[in-house]
Amino acid sequence: MQVRPKKGRAAPFFMGLLRFLVVAVTTYLGLLAVTFFIGRVIPIDPALAIAGDHAPQQILERLRREMHLDEPLYLQFYYYLVSALSGDFGTSVLTTNPVMDDIRRVFPATMELATVGTIIGAIFGVPFGVLAAVRRNSFIDQIVRVIGLVGYSVPVFWLAMVSLVIFYAKLNWVAYPGRIDIAYEYTFTPITGFFLLDSALQGQWDVFWDVFRHIILPASLLGYFSLAYISRMTRSFMLNELGQEYIVAARAKGLSETRVIWGHALRSAAVPLITVIALSYAGLLEGSVLTEIVFSWPGIGFYITSSLRNADMNAVLGGTIVVGTVFIGINLISDLLYRTLDPRTRRK
Amino acid sequence: MMMTKMNRGFRALSAGVALSLLLMAAPNAYAATPKDTLVEGFAFDDILSMDPAEAYELSAAEITGNTYSLLVRLDIDDTSKIKGDLAESWSVSDDHLTYTFKLKPGLKFASGNPITAEDVAWSFERVVKLNKSPAFILTQFGLTGDNVTEKAKATDANTFTFTVDKPYAPSFVLNCLTATVAEVVDKKLVLQHVKPATPTADYKYDNDFGNSWLKTGFAGSGPFKLREWRANEAVVLERNDNYYGEKAKLNRVIYRFMKESSAQRLALENGDIDIARNLSPTDLQAVEKNAQLASTSAPKGTIYYMSLNQKNANLAKPEVQQAFKYLVDYDAIGKTLIKGIGEIHQTFEPKGMLGSLDENPFKLDVAKAKELLAKAGLPNGFSITMDVRSIEPDTGIATAIQQTLGQAGIKVEIIPGDGKQKLTKYRARNHDIYFGNWGPDYWDPHSNADTFTTNDDNSDTSSNKTLVWRNTWTTPELEKLAKAALFEGDAAKRGAMYQDIQKKFLEASPFIILYQQTEVAGYRKDVKDFKLGPSFDNNFVWPISK
Repeated sequence: MQVRPKKGRAAPFFMGLLRFLVVAVTTYLGLLAVTFFIGRVIPIDPALAIAGDHAPQQILERLRREMHLDEPLYLQFYYYLVSALSGDFGTSVLTTNPVMDDIRRVFPATMELATVGTIIGAIFGVPFGVLAAVRRNSFIDQIVRVIGLVGYSVPVFWLAMVSLVIFYAKLNWVAYPGRIDIAYEYTFTPITGFFLLDSALQGQWDVFWDVFRHIILPASLLGYFSLAYISRMTRSFMLNELGQEYIVAARAKGLSETRVIWGHALRSAAVPLITVIALSYAGLLEGSVLTEIVFSWPGIGFYITSSLRNADMNAVLGGTIVVGTVFIGINLISDLLYRTLDPRTRRK
Repeated sequence: MMMTKMNRGFRALSAGVALSLLLMAAPNAYAATPKDTLVEGFAFDDILSMDPAEAYELSAAEITGNTYSLLVRLDIDDTSKIKGDLAESWSVSDDHLTYTFKLKPGLKFASGNPITAEDVAWSFERVVKLNKSPAFILTQFGLTGDNVTEKAKATDANTFTFTVDKPYAPSFVLNCLTATVAEVVDKKLVLQHVKPATPTADYKYDNDFGNSWLKTGFAGSGPFKLREWRANEAVVLERNDNYYGEKAKLNRVIYRFMKESSAQRLALENGDIDIARNLSPTDLQAVEKNAQLASTSAPKGTIYYMSLNQKNANLAKPEVQQAFKYLVDYDAIGKTLIKGIGEIHQTFEPKGMLGSLDENPFKLDVAKAKELLAKAGLPNGFSITMDVRSIEPDTGIATAIQQTLGQAGIKVEIIPGDGKQKLTKYRARNHDIYFGNWGPDYWDPHSNADTFTTNDDNSDTSSNKTLVWRNTWTTPELEKLAKAALFEGDAAKRGAMYQDIQKKFLEASPFIILYQQTEVAGYRKDVKDFKLGPSFDNNFVWPISK
């Protein structure tokens, strides 16, 4: 879903934006349609989900009428579209709150996890990629590649469980799954919804430490997966830069190797890297579902899956749309950043 | 030159990794829950509402059972008896139609409001008028939206009278009043939160009786107050200092949502939770071996069964039904798959219920089953599908049964799926064989006798979707006997009548009842007086201390 002008073709800023908007709107409608129809195709009766196992027939029928389930599918989609476009995703069956309220509560949890994950991924991924590029085909390069390969191929839930067994059960270095210990859960009042930030702002360092002990393992895990992607991309950008003439010129001028690599080459590679990191951030935001489940992380992935399990379709649709919006939004931002930072994408 | 620089970079990097590892390993106090708080790991993803008029799920029953009071309760030491809760005494008129309850003096809700007979009457009224899933437990006594204020009313501040439409066995009526649907809500408090509703043909009232608020709100008078319920995250209870009975020992009880048995065991071993409620046989054994931990168990009303849809011509043959009963290796299942979490039980009234029958006549007997199949004209067996929820121990048991059925030539294809998905299919009568469980709706033998025998309309559009209806079976003779048992005033005679029905049911029915669930829990040894009750609404947490 990444929109980027073809190389070498002039794309005036607003044209790009316009095209982006068209794609975004189409994607939106597609997203709405697909989630809606999948929701109707799964063999679960949403009325039964609300009423429970023992509900008498007349209650089920009343619910079906109230939920428009007795009307044709296209009409149901129309009703859904109208309320969704007006920002009303209905009420969650499971939590009985408006879906938007629920999302406002769970989304910061996911964002905090993804943010810390991305920071870890970038802090390690960029230097790893640089090292691998500079010492191409060396032992270090091989190691970075293997790390990347493992990050790509190992199932996240498996790694999550193994790491839980090691770091929580055996070593007891990190805290039990969840976001915060119950000892703090009812004494600590979040402000922004980002617990690390909130506890630091309030100077509650014991809470901060507790939150840190909760977030470090799932975030490291997510960081590892984005590290795999970031280091591989960094490596190829760096290889590309290191072959350029200005690098040869810089070396000829007698600049130290450190300055050539970290000062010149990496600086040029930084522009596409921003896109890579932003995309990897968006990927973590939507792709952390399994991690959230294994670590009982009360974020949006956890929310959507438990809603799905309970046939709580309003919540599933609302959650999916929010995740989609964030994904499209981050794409837009990284795309705009890319254009602003790299003049080549604007010039012929 | 370059090499040294890079090595330096690499060194810095490894130092960073080492530092972050050190950070994680920094001194960390042994995880333990606060002294005044009990933390239970519990899979409560079935909760849909906390409103007693609507809540009908096992986990919700446990929460409301600890936070609301009833007129009468089951005596958990002898579940064939009941005892007063809010009611100090009660009497039944000679014609078995009118029940009069006297409330204890000086009762208060958690809010501080006094509890009066008016609150009881209004609680009945809202149940009947809202008419949610569990409402039938009260409406089966002839209550309707039009007559409820007359039939369930406060005659004075301390007296509540309840009039039923037929001379039912008093044990039946009183047992139904122990169900969570009869929990008493704080009228004054709820009225502050009612929302207007538009009257329709289905719902004639102009307000919601506080239902949308009570879904997550609280207006009770039990030993604990509900502070918060966050779906699939946590349920938080706090001590109710206005409780009239023995006060709870702990300040707070937190149910943490944990789905997996292994995760619960881990958290229990590490002291992050005090009680683990959903342990598999393997994890239970590990808990029992751990010196810091202990376990407890109690038989529950839930029974597991396999049923044969009579729409399938092969399954409709009586010999085939009999053959199925001989093609289950009950002993092996009892010794392995349900070890510690269930007990072989082949009749529909659970152990502990009035009229329960402790007879398990069936054993694995392939030769006999083959004989029966040959008699049915199916000497080489047949192929069939079985719907099973994809959770343990269900799938394990289904696979075991698949294997023993195969020995007689019955080829079973197992269709696994999510609980709600299976239920949709089951209630549409589209299955061949269904494997699942059933718990009584209220603690009275009629609940199960009704669902296992009554099918007054076998059409697809029937409004009474009992288990026999779901399997397209009718048994008019047993149905008649079950109805008669409702009016037997002598509890002992009444129990004998249900035993008789079950004996006949064992002889011929398309139900293969396998076992009764034993609920187990692992707990840390510092937890005192923790006991599981016979049903979920009496898994009390108020006696617990640590």
